[in-house]
Amino acid sequence: MLIKLEYKISGGDFTRAGHASSEVKKNLKQLGVDPLIIRRVVVSMYEAEVNIVAHAYNGHIKVEIESHRIRIVLADKGPGIPDIEMAMREGYTTASQQVREMGFGAGMGLPNIKKNSDILNITSIVNEGTTVEIINNLQ
Amino acid sequence: MKKIVTEKVQKMKTSELIQKLNLRVFNSNQISDAEITGGYTSDLLSDVMGNAAPGQAWLTLQTHKNVAAIASLKDLSAIVLVNNNTPENDMLEAAENEGIAVLGSQLPAFELSAAIYNALQV
Repeated sequence: MLIKLEYKISGGDFTRAGHASSEVKKNLKQLGVDPLIIRRVVVSMYEAEVNIVAHAYNGHIKVEIESHRIRIVLADKGPGIPDIEMAMREGYTTASQQVREMGFGAGMGLPNIKKNSDILNITSIVNEGTTVEIINNLQ
Repeated sequence: MKKIVTEKVQKMKTSELIQKLNLRVFNSNQISDAEITGGYTSDLLSDVMGNAAPGQAWLTLQTHKNVAAIASLKDLSAIVLVNNNTPENDMLEAAENEGIAVLGSQLPAFELSAAIYNALQV
């Protein structure tokens, strides 16, 4: 089995944030995946999706669902992350005041992604963009 | 500690909670009378994303559309706006599409959390 899904994300468009994650959740539910695993996938994917909206100019998400695992690659064009280790620290944020007033940007996104992924790879080039790969086992 | 609290908490239908605490209902269509299994009070969206549990009612002062998206993704039972806050139109619309109750109270977060907690006790 292989299901491929793709989504385009516009930077700054919070009204659509979570749409892709919601679609993936529906797919996993239909496939009868363990709800605890679905919750992990949803948390990590949503946070990564919101990071594109909050920080990048635009991005795209590629999702591959196989019977044993789900692989989500979120690639954006944006400012990039100068220090990934620092960004992974709980409470560290570079979010704008506007984003923080919405209740985002508390420096919890990347730690949430890490906690809810079996494999997490982040690569980033400053002034070019960031790619986040999240893999979760489905069995 | 957490286990003891969980055991003491009783489930309650959304309609019962609305009646008991005289909550305002913002939904115009019929709400799903979901079972409320507890509550989570927070205005940080990533905190709710990371720490709220399915079935909980979410108490917040945030009124924008992303609240509905998170409530749906996390399978929360209801959104309860504190301190006389009212939902933005697109938030209410998104919640209605997902069948999530959007409720409100004049109480601030601390008092409303206590009231819901007490209402859920056996």
